[in-house]
Amino acid sequence: MTRKHWENRPISAKEFMRELRRLEKGSVSRRHFLAVTGLATATATLAGSMPWLKPRRAFAAGLSGTVNLTTWPNYHSQQNLDDFAAKTGVKVNMSVFGSNEEMLAKLQAGSTGWDVFVPTNYTISTYQQLGLIEPLELAKLPNYDAAAQDKRFTAEGTINGTVYAVPKDWGTTGYVINTKKVTQNPTSWKDFWELAQGPLSGRVMVHDYQLTTIGNALKQFGYSFNSNDEKELGDAEKLLIAVKPHLFGINSDYQPSMRNGDAWMSVCWTGDATQLHRDLPEMQYVIGREGGEIWTDYYAVPKGAPNREAAYALIDYLLTPDINAKEVKAHGYPSTDQRANALLPKETLENPILYPAKELLSNLEFGAAQTLTNPLRAEIMARFKAA
Amino acid sequence: MSRQRSLATAAGTVAGPHEGARAGGRSPLITALLISPAALFFIFLLILPLAVVVIYSFGERAPAGGYAPAFTFANYLNLPARGKAFLNTLTLAPLATLITAIVAYPMAYFLALKAPARWRLLLLALCIVPFWTSQLLRYYAWMMILGSRGIPSWLAAIGIEDLRIINTPSAVLIGAVYGFLPLMVPPIYVSLEKLDRRLIEAAADLGATPLSSFMQITLPMSLPGVATGSMLVFILLMGDYILPQFLGGGKVFFIGNALVDLFLQSRNWPFGAAVSVALVAIMFATIVVYMRFVLGLSGQRRVALV
Repeated sequence: MTRKHWENRPISAKEFMRELRRLEKGSVSRRHFLAVTGLATATATLAGSMPWLKPRRAFAAGLSGTVNLTTWPNYHSQQNLDDFAAKTGVKVNMSVFGSNEEMLAKLQAGSTGWDVFVPTNYTISTYQQLGLIEPLELAKLPNYDAAAQDKRFTAEGTINGTVYAVPKDWGTTGYVINTKKVTQNPTSWKDFWELAQGPLSGRVMVHDYQLTTIGNALKQFGYSFNSNDEKELGDAEKLLIAVKPHLFGINSDYQPSMRNGDAWMSVCWTGDATQLHRDLPEMQYVIGREGGEIWTDYYAVPKGAPNREAAYALIDYLLTPDINAKEVKAHGYPSTDQRANALLPKETLENPILYPAKELLSNLEFGAAQTLTNPLRAEIMARFKAA
Repeated sequence: MSRQRSLATAAGTVAGPHEGARAGGRSPLITALLISPAALFFIFLLILPLAVVVIYSFGERAPAGGYAPAFTFANYLNLPARGKAFLNTLTLAPLATLITAIVAYPMAYFLALKAPARWRLLLLALCIVPFWTSQLLRYYAWMMILGSRGIPSWLAAIGIEDLRIINTPSAVLIGAVYGFLPLMVPPIYVSLEKLDRRLIEAAADLGATPLSSFMQITLPMSLPGVATGSMLVFILLMGDYILPQFLGGGKVFFIGNALVDLFLQSRNWPFGAAVSVALVAIMFATIVVYMRFVLGLSGQRRVALV
C-alpha cells in the first residue's frame, strides 16, 4: 500500500474508533489499522528505545528470511501469519493454488522454492513415490500430538510407518444452494444433476477439478466416487456432456458468482459453505445422500525446501492448539485435532456444515491416489470442458 | 511532415530501399555487436525453448505425468481431440479482432485527422490508461458488470428480461474488444497521421466525394496500420486463456485453456507440446496469408511486418 499524506497526521478519537470498528469487522487489515492510527510508528519507536519490549523469539534461534507457504484460497488466518512473523522474524510468503494436480505439476517441474505446502490425503503417496517430499522430523514439531488426532482422518500422512505429512483439517465435498432461489429441497446428487438440467438451468456451477466433478457425476449412478472403470466413467461423461449446456460455469472459484446471485447452486467444499453461510444465511450446504467425498489436508515439506528450519517452525506454530483454533474460526473447516476442538465455541462444534450428521458421513469416500492421476479421467474432464 | 514520416520509418511500418545501402558501409563487427543482444535473446528464449517443445511433442506421458522420452506421432494423431478448442479459438479470435478494428478505426481517425493538434498526444495517451490497472482486476470488474446485477438488471428495467451475458461467447467478445482496443488504436493512428493530406485535397479538387476519397485514398493507405494492430490483437487472443477463463466461466474453451489443463491438470506434457506446435503452425500460416492479402490490397508489397 502506498503511504498517503493523511497517514502522518494525528488521528482524532472519532476516527480512531471508526478504524477500530472497521478492523473488528474485518473490512481492513491489521496493517492498515496500525498505519492509519499511528500505532505502528508508536510501537516501532517504543520498541527501539526499549529493547526489552521486543517480541521474544519463542522458537529456535537462527530463524530468518521468508518462508514460502503454498496453500489453498481462504485457508489461513492472516492474523496468525502476522503473529508468526512478529514472533520469529520470518515473513510468511503465501501463494494459493487451484488444484492438487497443479501443485504436483509444479513440484514435478522442480525448483519451486516452497517451504511448506498443503497436499490433500490422496496425493501424499504419489509425492512420496516420486521422492518429492521429505520424511518429517517430528522432534521439530513439539506441538504436534499424534494421540490427539482423530484417527479416521490421519492415516494417509504416514507411509510404511514414516510420517510424511501432518494433518491440518478435514472436510467434505457437497453442494451449496441459495435457498431464496432453490426451493426444491434437494438432498442427493441425483437431485443436483436433475435440477441442473431442469428448473435451475443456467444457474449451476461445478468445480474445474476432475476429481470432484467426475466423482459426483459417478454418484448419480450409484458408482464409487473413485471409480476408474471405463464403462462407469463413460456413463459419467455422458451425464456431464448432457449437463454442460445448462451450466452457469465450470470454476472452482464459485464464491463470487454465488454471492453475486448469478449462480444458485454449486459443488462446494465445507469451508466455502461455512464462509458463504456466515455472510448470507440463505446459503445452505447439502451432502448428497448417495455419498461423495471426504478428505483431509496435510502440511508437508518438499525436498530441498530453501528455508527448512522456518518451515518446521511454521507448521509447529500453526498446529499449536490455540493458534489452530483461530485458524478454524477463519477458514471454517473442522480440525482433526481434539485439543483445538476443545477451544472452539459451541456453535462452531454444532454447526452441521462443519460436522454433518453421522449417517451422511458414513457414505462418504476418501479420494484415492489413482483417482487423481488416472489419465482417462483427465481426458474426460478435458472433453467435457471443450464440449 | 517529413519529420513525422521518418518517425514512422523508425517504427518499422515502412522500410525504405536506402536502408540496406547504409548498413553496408558499417564494419561487420559493429553490426554483429549491435544485433547480438537481440540475437542472443531470440536464440535462448525463443529458438531453444521451441526446440524443446518440438522434441517433447514426440514423447510420451510419464506414468505419473510429465515427459518420458520416446519417438511417436501419437500426440499429433490425437490432435482432433482438441478440435473444438481450436475451432472456438479460430472463430472467436478473428471475430474479436475484426470488431476491435471496426471500433478502433473511427477513434484513430478522429485522433489523427480531426482532433486539435495540441490535444492529440494527450488523447492518445488516455487510450492506454486502462493498462495502468491489472488485467485480472479489470476482468473481475467485467464479471460484475456483465453478471446478473450489472447490465442485465438495467436491461430488465426497460423490459428485456432474463438476459445472460456472463459466461457466454458474447462476454468473451466484449472483454476482448475492451481489453485489446488500446493495442489497436496506436498503429492505425500512426498510419493515418503520416497520410499525405495533399492527396485528399487533390482528390477533392478533381471532384471526388469525401466517401470515394476515403475509400480510394485514406483507407488503403492506412491498411498497414490496421494490419499491424490486427496482428497484435490476433496473436495475443490466440494464446489467451485468462479472458475465456474469467468471462467465459470455463464454458468458453480456448486453445490456451486446453494447454493450461494439459500442462497443469492432466500433466500430459507431450500432448500439450504437440498442441503448442500446432498452435504456432496455425498462427504462422494465418498471419502469412493475412498479411499477403492485406498488403496486396494496400498495394505496398515492400512493407515487411512478418
